[in-house]
Parts: sequence; structure tokens; C-alpha cells
Amino acid sequence: MNIMVFIKQVPDTETKIKIADDGKSIVEDGINWIVSPYDEFAIEEAVKTKENLGGEVTVVSMGPSRAESALRTALAMGCDKAILLEDAAFEGADAYSTAKALAKVIEKHNPDLIFFGKQGVGNDNTQVGQLVAEMVGIGHIGTCIKLEIDGDTIRGEREIEGGRETIETKLPAIVTAQRGLNEPRYPNLRGIMKAKKKPLEKLTPADLGLNADEVGLAGAKTVYVSLELPPARQAGKKIEVEPEVAAKEIVEFLKNEAKVL
Amino acid sequence: MILVFADQRDGNLKKASKEAISEGKRLGSALSLPLGVVVLGKGAGSVVDEIKKYGADKVFVSETPDAYSPDLYAEGVAKVAKENGAKIVVFPGTSMCVDFAPRVSAKLEAGLVTDITATEVKDGKLIVRKPVYSGKAIATVEFKSDIAMVTLRPNVFELAESEGAGEVVEFSVEGEAKAKAVKVEMKEAGKVELTEATIIVSGGRGVKGPEYFQNELQQLADLLGAAVGASRAAVDAGWIDHSHQVGQTGKVVSPKVYMAFGISGAIQHLAGMGTSQYIIAVNKDPDAPIFNVASLGVVADLFKVVPALIEEIKKAKA
Repeated sequence: MNIMVFIKQVPDTETKIKIADDGKSIVEDGINWIVSPYDEFAIEEAVKTKENLGGEVTVVSMGPSRAESALRTALAMGCDKAILLEDAAFEGADAYSTAKALAKVIEKHNPDLIFFGKQGVGNDNTQVGQLVAEMVGIGHIGTCIKLEIDGDTIRGEREIEGGRETIETKLPAIVTAQRGLNEPRYPNLRGIMKAKKKPLEKLTPADLGLNADEVGLAGAKTVYVSLELPPARQAGKKIEVEPEVAAKEIVEFLKNEAKVL
Repeated sequence: MILVFADQRDGNLKKASKEAISEGKRLGSALSLPLGVVVLGKGAGSVVDEIKKYGADKVFVSETPDAYSPDLYAEGVAKVAKENGAKIVVFPGTSMCVDFAPRVSAKLEAGLVTDITATEVKDGKLIVRKPVYSGKAIATVEFKSDIAMVTLRPNVFELAESEGAGEVVEFSVEGEAKAKAVKVEMKEAGKVELTEATIIVSGGRGVKGPEYFQNELQQLADLLGAAVGASRAAVDAGWIDHSHQVGQTGKVVSPKVYMAFGISGAIQHLAGMGTSQYIIAVNKDPDAPIFNVASLGVVADLFKVVPALIEEIKKAKA
């Protein structure tokens, strides 16, 4: 099976965000860059599927050259080859113009099964996988927590408010991975050594048959005009009292302040 | 037209849908545009009267498709949007809309901003605000497309009933679904969903084991009509299912009251619940970072506070 997994490199979730001088981006100095946590589930599921059904996994990312290290991590986890969409024209992309470029990668390689993380932590758009599915014209299973493949039929469970639903579709299809789908493996030393020798191809908009004005900021449908830190929350009352008194204080608060009792 | 999608399942109109219709009405007033509401699927017809209460000028109703399908639902909404010249398309941020709204965005070649917490109309154009890095920063976003699309963070936008023409237009969504729901299983009735809850009772490492979630915290939650949440530490320890996790890699929640028991308040956790209206924290460590954001901080042993609290609430409700 020809499997493709799309990943994004993001700041470590422990990062304390600082706003850059332009007022619309973050200070990148000193940031520890990681594979977006949901993409780890996507990589794991892609590699597991290959181990069960045979085939090859291609991992793809769009980003600056530092994103190579995210791709190497995926290769160390068992992906076979990597593609990096790297070009100044890709910069400033929103979900839409990102999807536009990624859809072209799919059209070029015709994978049978495609994985995304349900969202990239950071911009938290939760939309690139579905956008690509629509642009390519195939079905998708979103925020998947359990996946079954039976010939060319795939069924995935997803959480909905108050329960779960099972979505069924046919290959080729896109699955966006949610926590719970699997336990991502840690790359071991052997995997890391092997990853260094695996092929990594770089593509520009022209390689994908796209004009520079269709990708990145030029092709975006939305644009950040500013970025701010949220207003600091004021700490309220802090008490250190006997449990019974504390319980009474909490009930008073629920009644009089929050008005939920 | 401002077009709002109303999420309903089997005739159950979600509260988040009412929030979206209310916000659609406000945007419609600001831009002098009528409000259309589109509702799809089995049970759609039965929520029309409820939708009208929030000021819909037109309600587009289709009982098809009979099961949720991301591509067919997108087809239905895109069709109504195109035929009625929608300028703004609003979705509640429910699991269904988060799943298919991007497909509508691709069909309409319209920008979509998800999980927004505020809107503003400036020079006749929509500008929205959205928490990014799980609320560690707030982005102000403009649209470059003619049509602007948003999903609203649940529990943030206020409900407001109002008047509208309330004309009903029936239509049908045709075509073969590429993907569709073949099975829906609901949890036991009465359990409150995290993302919809007014109150969340949440436990962390300090809770020390699965039993406390199942017994005392669940009992407290039941008494308050609350949902049970958890920190990543509690989920990673296997004490409670990951579907309860609140935080940057779990659910982002905005309840009226967030009660944190034995949660220290790691940056990722604070990111997931920082927009709660009130935060009540109980922790025996007086230096726990959660106290920096708590509206009411209680430095105490949760194992003593929770039983006392359960008794007090029973008394208050008696």
C-alpha cells in the first residue's frame, strides 16, 4: 500500500509565547521545535498500517529547512522517504493555501491512504486534512480514534458530543488522527541512524505545477493582522482554612459569584 | 445574507447552534444583511420552530442525507450559500462542524477561521479573534476572500432571542456520499459532555488514582450537573480515558466554572481551560501555578475538601 503522512513542525507545547516586533508573529529564538503531537499519532498509524499490510510510507511537510528534523524524526519512526515543500513562496500560508500545495503532492503521488494529525498545535486550525480531502475529491475520516481497513473499505471511529460515531469510506481516503488512535513509538538509535540515509526530496511551487501567487501568503484566504498575549488573569481570593470551611466558601462562591447553584 | 449552519442530531438542536444563530443575527444587524439558517439531516424539520426564535429570516431545511456525511453536508451548505449569496457563513464549533466546515471552505474558495472567540465589523468587513497556541496568544484575523467563514468556540457567544421573517424553504441534498456515518453509539444518558458543560469538575495527579474519578469526583459532578475533566498527568497514568483530557493536546474548554482538584496547573493545562469564566482550585501546594489564575484558591487537602463539599452542596440543594 502506498501510504502518505503529512506532518507539521511546531513549537514545543511547553513554549512560553513571546510576540515578535512585527506584532503578528512569535519570537522563534530559543524555541524547541517538535513534530506536532497529533502528527505523531498519524505517523504511528501510517507505519503500523505498512507493517500490517505492506507497502511504503512517504512523510511530507511544508516549512523552512529546520522542518527537515521533523521529517527525520518520522523517518526514524519507520517512514521510508520524505518530501519537504520548502520555498520562500510557501511562507505565510494559511490553512487554505497550505492545503492547495499538499493536494498537489497527493495528485502527483496517488497514495492509497493518507494520514494527517487532526490539528497542528499552534495555529490550531483543525482543517488542513479536510480541505485537502475536498480539493482532491476523496472521503475523509476526521479526528479518528480507531481505524479498521478491510480491502478498499475503511472505517474509523470518532468522538462526538455524548458518544462515538463510525465513519465509513473507500480508499483512497484521508484520516486525521486524534489522541487515542495508538501509542506512538519512540525512535530508537537504529531508527535514527537509518533515517539519516533515507531519501529526502525538496519541492518548490513550480515542481507542483503551482504559481507563486497560489501558495503561501499570496494564496491565503485569511491573514493574521495582529497577535497579542491574552489579558493576564487576575488571581482572586486565596484561602487556607479547615476543609469544612473551605467547602462552605466554595458553595458560597458557586451560589453568589458564579450563580450556578 | 449571513448563513448559519445549525447542528442537530435526531431533532436535538445543540446549544452551540443557538449561540451561532444568535451571533449570526448580531452580524446581520451590524451589516444590514438578512439571516439564513441551514439545517440538515434526520430530524431537521422538528427544530425549525426553535431556530425561528433566534431571529432567522429564512430557514433552509433538508431531511437529507439521513446519516451524517462530511462531503454531502458540505455540498448542502455550499449550495445554499451560493444560491443565496452568503457573505458570511457561521458554524458552531461542534465535532460535526469542525469536521466538515473545511470542505465547505474548499467548495466556496472561502477563508475559514476556526474556534473564534470574538467578532468585529469594521468598514463593512468581518474581523475575528482566535486563541492560538491553545490560548497562550490571541490572533486577530482578516479575510482575503469574498466570503468569510468561521466556527465559533462553544460557550463563548451569548444567546439572544429575536424576531425574523421566519420563512421556511425546503430543499434536498442529492448525491452519493463519499464518506458517511454507519454507526452512532451514545454514552449512557445524563452524562455531560466536556465541551458543552457549564461546570467542569477536573482532577489531576493529586487525585492519586482511578477510583477517585469514578466515585467522589463523579458524584460531585452529578450533583452539579457538571462534566468530569482531567489533566494530562491523570490521563497518562491511566486513571481516566483520554476523552476527558483538558489542555493543549486535549480538549479546550470554556465553562462558566472550572473546578480543579489536585491540578498543579502546567502551562499546557492552563492553555486548555484559561478562558473559563471562574476557576476554583483546590491544591495542598500553596505555590501551585493554578493559584495564579484561580478566582477562588483553596490551599487544602482535596481528600478532605471534596467530601465536605458534597455534603454542603446536598444541603444547599435540599
